[in-house]
Amino acid sequence: MSWMGRSQSEVRGLTRLVAAAGVALTLALAALSAAGHASQQAAAGVEWLVSPAEVGRSGGQLAVIQRAEPRTLNPVIAIDGPSRDVVWRVMADLIHINAETQQTEPALARSWTVSPDGRRFTLSLRRGVRFSDGQSFDADDVLFSFQVYLDEKVASPQRDLLIVGGQPIAVRKLDQSTVQVDLAEPYAAAERLFHGIAMLPRHLLEKPYQEGRLGEAWALGAPARAFAGLGAFRFQEHLPGQRISLERNPFYWKRDRAGNQLPYLDRIVFTFVPSEDAQAVRFQSGEADVTTRLSATNYAVLAKDQGNRNYELFDAGSGLDYTFLFFNQNALAEQGPAAIARQQAWFRQLPFRQAVSLAIDREGIVRLVYRGRAAPLWGHVPPGNKLWVNRSLPRPGRSVERARELLREAGFTWNGDGTLVDKAGQPVAFTVVTNTGNAERIQIATIIQDDLKQLGMRVSVVTLELRALLDRILTTYDYEACVLGLGGGDADPYGEMNVWLSSGSTHLWHLGQTRPATSWEAEVDTLMRGQLTTLDVQLRKRMYDRVQELVAQNLPIISLVSPSILVGATKGLGNFRPTVLDHHALWNVEELFWRGRASGGPR
Amino acid sequence: MIGHTGAPGWLWPLGGRGRRYRLLLGLLGVLHVSTLFAGFLAPADPATQNRDLPFAPPTRLHFVDPSGRLHLRPFVYGLARPSGDLEGYTEDRNRIYPVRFFVRGAPYRIAGLVDSDRHLFGTDGGTHLFLLGSDAYGRDQLSRFLYGAQISLFAGILGAGLSLGTGMLLGGVAGYYGAWVDETIMRVAELFLALPWMYLLFAVRMALPLRIEPAQAFLLVLAVIGLIGWARPARLIRGVVLSAKQQDYVVAARGLGASDTHLLRRHVLPQVLGIALTQAALLAPQYILAEVTLSFFGLGVGEPVPSWGNMLASLQRYDVLSSYWWMFVPGVALIPVFLLYYALADALHQRSAAFSR
Repeated sequence: MSWMGRSQSEVRGLTRLVAAAGVALTLALAALSAAGHASQQAAAGVEWLVSPAEVGRSGGQLAVIQRAEPRTLNPVIAIDGPSRDVVWRVMADLIHINAETQQTEPALARSWTVSPDGRRFTLSLRRGVRFSDGQSFDADDVLFSFQVYLDEKVASPQRDLLIVGGQPIAVRKLDQSTVQVDLAEPYAAAERLFHGIAMLPRHLLEKPYQEGRLGEAWALGAPARAFAGLGAFRFQEHLPGQRISLERNPFYWKRDRAGNQLPYLDRIVFTFVPSEDAQAVRFQSGEADVTTRLSATNYAVLAKDQGNRNYELFDAGSGLDYTFLFFNQNALAEQGPAAIARQQAWFRQLPFRQAVSLAIDREGIVRLVYRGRAAPLWGHVPPGNKLWVNRSLPRPGRSVERARELLREAGFTWNGDGTLVDKAGQPVAFTVVTNTGNAERIQIATIIQDDLKQLGMRVSVVTLELRALLDRILTTYDYEACVLGLGGGDADPYGEMNVWLSSGSTHLWHLGQTRPATSWEAEVDTLMRGQLTTLDVQLRKRMYDRVQELVAQNLPIISLVSPSILVGATKGLGNFRPTVLDHHALWNVEELFWRGRASGGPR
Repeated sequence: MIGHTGAPGWLWPLGGRGRRYRLLLGLLGVLHVSTLFAGFLAPADPATQNRDLPFAPPTRLHFVDPSGRLHLRPFVYGLARPSGDLEGYTEDRNRIYPVRFFVRGAPYRIAGLVDSDRHLFGTDGGTHLFLLGSDAYGRDQLSRFLYGAQISLFAGILGAGLSLGTGMLLGGVAGYYGAWVDETIMRVAELFLALPWMYLLFAVRMALPLRIEPAQAFLLVLAVIGLIGWARPARLIRGVVLSAKQQDYVVAARGLGASDTHLLRRHVLPQVLGIALTQAALLAPQYILAEVTLSFFGLGVGEPVPSWGNMLASLQRYDVLSSYWWMFVPGVALIPVFLLYYALADALHQRSAAFSR
């Protein structure tokens, strides 16, 4: 007979269901209590890093606009900006460069000592730290991480930075929370080497690494549980082409002055909008709380509307990027472009480059292209690089008369229609190339074109797709002059070695030198190498000051401007202090919090 | 019937059926010829930058001064920016600048022949007369617009002429001789119709040397788009020739021993000509648009030489698009020019239809 009108089999089914639900509930409760226990345990033993920032309140989410979807979520091989912007919210390093002070500070290494000869670093790791999956972090993870970064087969872009004096750095474990790092020679920026080397979870990545699948292990489509990091957030969800969501890491090792564990925010959502203009529109409409890398023109548009909307705009001042003009001074092969070889006779004359520099209206570029939100440059280090800029470099004002005088002294003359001609009667005409898609550089080139017309030079402006442009500059040397930008990364001069060493891979105006082509380049080589191995900070600064002086005097590149870092954020975001160093807006993401409400909300 | 090619009805009252195409031709002729005098009509040099005055709004013409006195000669005020930023242009009412005719100014050359420095109108100096505002470099938009018309409008005529000339020749040969000649030409025409010409132009530009004078670039772009476009008119002309040569009177003439040249000249060409002219009027706006599109993408004439396309290119920027309406002028100007051309095409079509009846 039926029980309450149900068949026996139905009842059996129901009983099984209830029993299963009971088991599941018990398991869930057990798991919860275990997690809580683990968390308490972790909290009890952690050597916390206490943030000096304003104490905030927990909760809420932050929507961030990115220009592109990350290519990978693997910090070891992430080279592009969009990947690094996301990855570094979930990863942490041993010693970190504070984006605001531009100085190093403890992170996962609670302290460190340096031997008197500057070649041995002993780092004490923070105890009780756990990865975002709850597994503990110790010296074995550090060893594993350096092993991966130094492995040639992995081809990490950071590997070169870990080669000092031609030797890879040697990392040794002293005990579970102490590691020793040996360098082949003293290295002035050694502390900064540890910045940007993400500590990896050995328990998750050792197997894929040994199987040679490290690159695929943390690819974009990998499930969230495959990841574990030591950053303030952890991966939650990825919708291809649309967004990546990060959630709060419950095991994070920083807390505020009141003893609350950081981060404050529950969630960060990165959305991808490729065009700069579309980013500005989306931000303006309230679809995002934070936007970085605003162009000066979009900043002006947003500023006009600021009074009616619920956002704030920040000008962090001139950044580390510098835009410049340079001429092709490469040694061209016999069969190289003949016309360029003829023009190189002008490009190699210092008075010619000085005249060009004197004729360029840098203030005009700042005003017209950047709406005043940029710094004019006379040396290659922008004022945003507070520690290293040489403030005593001369800043000669624009003078077409002086420029013409220099050209006259160098043997140039002007024909009837005002065209500048060289000693052989050849009119001075050349092309300035720059990349399509960069409206600012194109505008700069157009202003230079007009400025040099006043010296009688016929300049045409040509835009090329970036890869085609780089191919001409780095491989075929088939160009005459170019407007380009460099910079970003770290403020320390060690990051500029490849630009200024005569053998450097980014020694743009004259690549592939086996020995310095000029005496001043030889002096720069000595100074750059010297500053890298000198431990005396004052002496390093003096050496790099001299490099800046030599570059400003010899003008291998004619520095023009350094654009400001322009950032927008929804009103009420606490501890939001944009900086000129990367990531301009989210460098202190763990300290950000919403004042008085849980999220940005509509404009 | 009011034009099936989209001719505007408002042009009808301007003349009867016979006179209408003459009137339209006249209007277009005046428009094109006047661009040759851009130097005289433009108040300033199109390449001169005024770096203190980027995106200055159109200068207002005044007749009443601050004291309330009426002036018969219009005058303008100087521009000032009290706040120093780019948005806050105001008029400096301390001094007035009368607008005069035939003033001296920047030197120019008319049609590459006559040098002069007289301009139709302007001020005596001291201020800028930006009747259509200024661009990102503080260059006078009106002057750039007038000079830009030289490039953009002539691209239409020359492009249409080139493609129609080639199309008439090849289409005529194909239609008249038929057989394998027809087959070959028509298959090649299909190949050309299938060409993605935009990408072809990208490729052509990449293959050229970096430095190329604006005039050369213009002619080159024109040659490429003109030559690529021959296939469509060629197919049309072929059809007309094919039908013409089968007409009884043509067959009779041939039977009486008329030569190919005679037949083409006397019987076939007159029929083709009407169609060809209609085609020309339809093709010209397409080529104007082609130039505008190419220059918009940076493949046409380079800075500082203005064309309507490279003037419109600044609208790719959000700030320009949202803040400075006067930057749209070249785009708006395309509309009446296109309407004139389409009205002409319609009138020519009507005329040739009436003629053939």
